[in-house]
Amino acid sequence: MFSKEMLNLFLEGTLETFYMVVMSTLLAYLIGLPLGVLLVVSGEDGIRPMPVLNRTLGVVINLLRSAPFLILLVALTPVTRAIVGTSLGSTATIVPLVIGSAPFIARMVESSIKEVDGGVIEAAQSMGASPMQIVLRVMLPEAKPSLTVGAAIAVTTILGYSAMAGFVGGGGLGTIAVNYGVYRYQTDVMLVTLALLVAIVQVFQEVGMHIAARIDKRRR
Amino acid sequence: MDQKEIIRIEGLTKRFSGKNGDVVALEGIDLSINQGEIFGIIGLSGAGKSTLVRCMNLLERPTEGRVFVDGQELSALTEKQLRQARRGIGMIFQQFNLLMQSTAIENICFPLLLSGVNRREAEKRALELLEIVGLSDKRNAYPAQLSGGQKQRIAIARALANEPKVLLCDEATSALDPTTTRSILSLLKEINERLGITIIVITHEMRVVEEICSRVAILDASHVAEMGKVEEIFRRPKTAAARRLLFPGREQRAEAPAFGAKNQRMLRIVFDGMTPFEPVIANMVLACGAPVNILFANTRAIEGKTVGQMIVQLPEAEDAVSRIEAYLNAQNVHYEEVTDDVL
Repeated sequence: MFSKEMLNLFLEGTLETFYMVVMSTLLAYLIGLPLGVLLVVSGEDGIRPMPVLNRTLGVVINLLRSAPFLILLVALTPVTRAIVGTSLGSTATIVPLVIGSAPFIARMVESSIKEVDGGVIEAAQSMGASPMQIVLRVMLPEAKPSLTVGAAIAVTTILGYSAMAGFVGGGGLGTIAVNYGVYRYQTDVMLVTLALLVAIVQVFQEVGMHIAARIDKRRR
Repeated sequence: MDQKEIIRIEGLTKRFSGKNGDVVALEGIDLSINQGEIFGIIGLSGAGKSTLVRCMNLLERPTEGRVFVDGQELSALTEKQLRQARRGIGMIFQQFNLLMQSTAIENICFPLLLSGVNRREAEKRALELLEIVGLSDKRNAYPAQLSGGQKQRIAIARALANEPKVLLCDEATSALDPTTTRSILSLLKEINERLGITIIVITHEMRVVEEICSRVAILDASHVAEMGKVEEIFRRPKTAAARRLLFPGREQRAEAPAFGAKNQRMLRIVFDGMTPFEPVIANMVLACGAPVNILFANTRAIEGKTVGQMIVQLPEAEDAVSRIEAYLNAQNVHYEEVTDDVL
């Protein structure tokens, strides 16, 4: 049905997509996780209220989040070029993916940590825990199941973004879908990339949910 | 007083600023708690008792006034010094507040790891504490796998980990059934006696105070209404607030038709420490040859002694009343005449 070259292309595309998504997610969490924690900690009822910082951070995050990803992708081209040297290919795409998804991740982390029972945080305070100890030893461990669910959602969102990057030569399955499916009207190629994307989303989602359920000790 | 004071509160006022102006939670509280005692703070919901106990480790900062714990003025400490001081003040809560993603032993190790004890030392100490609270077999259980009473035991072990001098109990038994409540209270008493830890018990239930406290402060509408030895307050409550707590359920009865006929005299008889085998009322009726009508009774056995009170309606005949009074005096039973508004 497909030539050997075509099959190789699919394989390469899938691997590239994996590479982009995993790298982007990791880097985006490196930025988004501390920001999400900071949003909670500096909030009005936080353990170290800092109203000005909190409000500023909130506005910046909302601004970034309101920009449609495709626009952001194009707008960030100079930044990408400055960092990676090119704006084409999967490594280059990681830059807009990280910048586009970190604010979204920060909000998800924020909501996960806000779910942690205030009483437990208070108990830690009563034992003389410092704000840093509360973050590292109470908030993050207690929010772990919810953070994991959030990560599964984040991965699938980033996967969707990465496919969009195909329109500007971003590499991976998105590029294959655009180059063959859109420009050459090869519907069969389009369908295969779509199926592969769906399969990848399923895998990430299922694995994420499974891990979240397994590590949550609140039931049983 | 020759006993050493461990907590002193001077002129404490706490106001919360809300949308509709300030709300006064506590006003002009003065309190002194001695080392090694079990001190009760009792009050109805909204009296400010939880705020008061949270001021004792500065989870809540007083608007005015000073808080001393073990000679240190908490309100004058820096953040860092305060964290250090808090390690000497254990606290347990109504909702237990355990780390849900950590096992029992990890929960008990938690405060030790916070204060920089290494993991091996911490686990050793945690095992000792599990033994004290009688849950050695639950060391690897998660809180979700434990009953309410077991969770509170783990919370107590956790609160004791840093060897505090003071243990604050914020409605620690209010989420538990009566049997479990009793077992937790006796554990607290044991800890107080064995380890000499001063315990402050916040509750809205008189029976908790009766069961373990030596002294009690009654908190009513942001003020200390009455303070003193438990038996004293029990025998002779001076304030309406104290009486309300002694006669729980007054609200429900207010709607019921009044007891007996109007203008009939009533006596409140206090039982504090007689043997349960003594049928006081029946003996009194037989000895005096005059029937009484029991309007309210609330007695329980605590450590083999009867504790509680009864309100009886006296017969109309004057001579029968004086016979009854003479009998109670002779039997050394405390009583007082009460009026209708008590009930």
